[in-house]
Amino acid sequence: MTTTRLDTAATQKHASDDKSQLGFWIYLMTDCILFGSLFATYIVLHNNTFGGPSGNDIFEMPAVLVETLLLLTSSFTCGLAMIAMRQRSKKFSLFWLGFTFLLGLAFLIMELTEFNLLISEGYSWQRSGFLSAFFTLVGTHGLHITIGLLWLLVMGWKLFKHGLTAPTVRRFNLFSMFWHFLDIIWIFIFTFVYLMGVL
Amino acid sequence: MIRNSTITRSVISYSIGFILSIILTLLAYAIVVHDVFKDFWSPMAIILILSILASIQLIVQLIFFLHLGNETNPRWKLLSFIFALIILIIIVAGSLWIMFDLNSRMMMSTEDMIKYMNRQTGL
Repeated sequence: MTTTRLDTAATQKHASDDKSQLGFWIYLMTDCILFGSLFATYIVLHNNTFGGPSGNDIFEMPAVLVETLLLLTSSFTCGLAMIAMRQRSKKFSLFWLGFTFLLGLAFLIMELTEFNLLISEGYSWQRSGFLSAFFTLVGTHGLHITIGLLWLLVMGWKLFKHGLTAPTVRRFNLFSMFWHFLDIIWIFIFTFVYLMGVL
Repeated sequence: MIRNSTITRSVISYSIGFILSIILTLLAYAIVVHDVFKDFWSPMAIILILSILASIQLIVQLIFFLHLGNETNPRWKLLSFIFALIILIIIVAGSLWIMFDLNSRMMMSTEDMIKYMNRQTGL
C-alpha cells in the first residue's frame, strides 16, 4: 500500500522534473542557434584581418589546451556532483560542486588573462573584423560561464544552508545540463577557432 | 536510496565519456600543433578530420554527459535537438554559402576592391 502511494508520488514528481528539464533543454537549443550564428559570423570574417594579426599570430596553443582540459574536467566533476546528489550525500555534492566551481573559475581567469593580453597589445575588437568576431564568439561563451559560476555559487549556498531539498536538486539538474552544454560549445570553439586558426 | 549498482553504472558512464573526450581533444590538438599528418594530408583533409573529431566528441558528450540516449518515449529532447540541428545547418551553411559566393563573385583583393568602390562613387 504505502509503497504504491510513494511510487505514485515519485512518478508525479519525476514527471514535473522531466517537464522543467525539457523546458530548459529547449532554452539550450535556442542558445545553440545563437552560438551557431556567431560561429557563422566568425567563419565569414576570420580572414578579414585588415593588416592586423591573424589567429596564427595571437593564439597561445598550450594555454588553450589547458583551458579545454579545465572545462572538460569541470564538466566531469559536475556529473559526479549530480551522482552524489542522487546518493543523497550533501558532503560529496558540495565537494564536487566546489571542484567544478574552482575549475570553471580557473578557466574564466585564463580566458580573461588572454583577452587582457590581446587588448594590451592593441589587438582589441576594434582592430579588425576577425578580432570583432573572435571577441564576440569567445566572449559570449565566457559570459555564459560567468553566469553559470554565479548560479553555482548561489545554489551552492542554498545547498549548504538548507540541504538537499527537492527544488535545490531539480535546479542543480538544470545547472548540470547548462554546464555540459557550455563544454560542448567550447569543443567547437577549440576546434573551429583555435585549432583551425593555427593550422 | 538508489541502489549501488545504478550509481556505479553512472560513475562508469561519466568516466567513459570523460576519457573519450580527453582522447579526442588530445588527438585533435596533436594533429594540429605537432603536425602529425602534415606531410601526407592536405589542409582541407585536416580540417575535415578536425570537424569529424569535434562531431564525435559532441555525440560522446550528448550520450555520456547529457544522457540523450536513455530518454523514455516520447523522446522530446532528441526531437527538439534534431530540430535545432536542422535550423543550425540552415543558418550556418546558408550564411557561409551566401557570403563566400559573394566573395567569389567579387573576385578581387582588398586593394582592388577599394579602387573599384572609388571608381563607382566617382572619386
